[in-house]
Amino acid sequence: MTDSQSSVLDRTAERLAAATPVPLARKVRGLSDKGLAWLFITPTMLLLLAINIFPLIWAIYLSFTNYRANRPNEIVKNVGLSNYQRILGDQDIWIAMQATAHFVFWTIALQTLIGFTLAYLIDRKFRGHAFWTTVILVPMMLSPAVVGNFWRFLYQPQIGLFAYAVSFFTGISPTEIEMLSNVHLAPWAIIIVDTWMWTPYVMLICLAGLRSIPDYIYEAAEVDRASHWRQLWSITLPMALPFIMLAVLFRGIENFKMFDMVNLLTGGGPGSTTEVASITLKREAFEKWRTGYSSAFAIILFVAVFGLANIYVKVLNRVKNR
Amino acid sequence: MHRIKTMALGVSSAALLTGMAATGAQAEELTLCWAAWDPANALVELSKDFTAESGIGMKFEFVPWTNYADRFLNELNSKGQLCDLIIGDSQWIGGSAENGHYVKLNDFFDKEGISMDDFVPATVVGYSEWPKNSPNYWALPAMGDVVGWTYRRDWFEKPELQAEFKEKFGRDLAPPTTFEELRQIGEFFQKREIDGKTVYGASIYTERGSEGITMGAMDVLYSFGFKYENPDQPYDMEGFVNSEDSVKGLEFYKALYDCCTPPGSSNSYMGEGIDAFKSGQVAMHMNFAFTWPGLYKDEAVGGDKVGFFVNPKGPGGDQYAQLGGQGISVVSYSQHQEAALKYIKWFADKDVQAKWWSLGGYSCLKAVVEDPGFPASQPYAQTFLDSMAIVKDFWAEPSYASLLQASQKRFHDYVVAGNGTAKEALDNLVKDWTEVFEDDGKL
Repeated sequence: MTDSQSSVLDRTAERLAAATPVPLARKVRGLSDKGLAWLFITPTMLLLLAINIFPLIWAIYLSFTNYRANRPNEIVKNVGLSNYQRILGDQDIWIAMQATAHFVFWTIALQTLIGFTLAYLIDRKFRGHAFWTTVILVPMMLSPAVVGNFWRFLYQPQIGLFAYAVSFFTGISPTEIEMLSNVHLAPWAIIIVDTWMWTPYVMLICLAGLRSIPDYIYEAAEVDRASHWRQLWSITLPMALPFIMLAVLFRGIENFKMFDMVNLLTGGGPGSTTEVASITLKREAFEKWRTGYSSAFAIILFVAVFGLANIYVKVLNRVKNR
Repeated sequence: MHRIKTMALGVSSAALLTGMAATGAQAEELTLCWAAWDPANALVELSKDFTAESGIGMKFEFVPWTNYADRFLNELNSKGQLCDLIIGDSQWIGGSAENGHYVKLNDFFDKEGISMDDFVPATVVGYSEWPKNSPNYWALPAMGDVVGWTYRRDWFEKPELQAEFKEKFGRDLAPPTTFEELRQIGEFFQKREIDGKTVYGASIYTERGSEGITMGAMDVLYSFGFKYENPDQPYDMEGFVNSEDSVKGLEFYKALYDCCTPPGSSNSYMGEGIDAFKSGQVAMHMNFAFTWPGLYKDEAVGGDKVGFFVNPKGPGGDQYAQLGGQGISVVSYSQHQEAALKYIKWFADKDVQAKWWSLGGYSCLKAVVEDPGFPASQPYAQTFLDSMAIVKDFWAEPSYASLLQASQKRFHDYVVAGNGTAKEALDNLVKDWTEVFEDDGKL
């Protein structure tokens, strides 16, 4: 920049500053960087406080009471830790937690395995890989309500395609393949749908991980005559591990609070076979109207997810820094 | 300039007056909340007469059954003003009365000469009274309903099936009079080929989410001897809810589910039952009476092809049926209570009730249902009358939702999922219900 250009810019800045109304200019000039930062983040902070922090504090308060939202005229009593004690001693709650753990474990295991395999294949950049990537991503783009409803029809033992497909391969009569009515099959019916829908998401994250591995490392391995298996085991998996762990974290948190798919497919049934924690919570809060009790349950779930996620993030950071 | 100002003032005043008039007209409009089903459509038709007579407009808020309780109980609990009139479920009456959601109608009934003696007694107790069997009225019986059965008359009349049935069971293939007969007929039809299609015995209630399996199981349990409590000691349930007879009743319901329902019937309620019957899947169909007019009119399975029968007797000869139906109440948070009470007065009229029945609603007015011409007025009228004479209802306590969810869980766990025994399910139910009443301070 020449001196003349620089002086023109200075004059322009002075002119603009002079045109700014004096009180406003003084006010803005009087703000420190910190003050300006606060000015920008305050609305967001207030919004967060109103819609996240306040409800959380309110729920914590309610969890120590016998409050019921359907009895507005009843006196609210402080019941101390009684709600927490009842929840932790309630066998049905533990059954629901077991159902949740079963669902979370198997969906994560299957989605990670299939998602990584798909990402590995897509990363080979074969002919038409972009088209297949798009096709694979379709389930994840659908609304869970749509997915839940059409899988319910697919699973229908008399007219559902799923039952006919299984029947074709196994020879079992389709009317005997009661995916949503059978106690042993219903949990797997939900796992299959969730895996079908969310494996593409895991695949995308894994693909990002695979693409972040520099080519020269593979080239060096080739020079050292490392086999494909050796490359996968010693280069690909360790370097993609932080991404895989991130996918596991996201899916773990999502599936721990899974509600929509289970509600649409089985409603928690048959019996209580697929009654995951969120379904139990909904029943306590909005069907039995035990607001205090359900608040305590929600807090327990929140602490569990928050605690586990924090431990997991620490492990993830260690893996990244290795 | 002065003229322009005057004109402007005139136009503004006219606009203001028009606005006020519009607001006034809006004030004379009532919103009636109910479930989205066939009788609601009949009520829309019927209410046109009310608007014509009174000049009060009617708006309707109908919600599907699956969300009906959630939606409207939330509305009432939040003291919402959406509904001026509500046709609430019979089990809501205790909570709605005690929580001040409904306007008490005793004074209004006295003033307008509306007597509860003019209505079928079971509907007054079921839909209007809280506490039960006390003269405290919170609703006018609006829609009588009860669980009964429809069957495929055309299949029952097939000579080859009649012959086969008689040979097997030594009696005619006819609508069952006992539950044992019902099970035998169910087994007889299960997986049978009729007109080139595989058909099944019966469609029964198994729904888990709202109230389905409780309505179905109770419909059977009552006739086996189930009682909610000790008649001499309220809320004493041990030995009544889980009596030997009750256990047999629940075992029977599971046996019926296992032997005679179509595949995939683990979550079936009113809608699924109608679908199963209309699509020609089942020989018998448990459902509330409100479904009968629609099934009778159905081109595929209605007319001469359908028959109706009352809930059969239990092993000891007892015969009861699960009450359905609702009363109409004025919401205490409504801004239009006067107009809403006018609607109730109009609805209680004999001619209106007679038209209500003719349009597909189920009147609870004695003058209508005890009319000599009533039994012949529709093919299902006599079955409805006979069923209404034997009704029992679920708890209507303020905590009915918790009580209902407990029975939903225990029944579904045993009947559909096959976990544990009937005795364990009912023992656990006693524990759950006891806990609810302890929380309420009633035990």
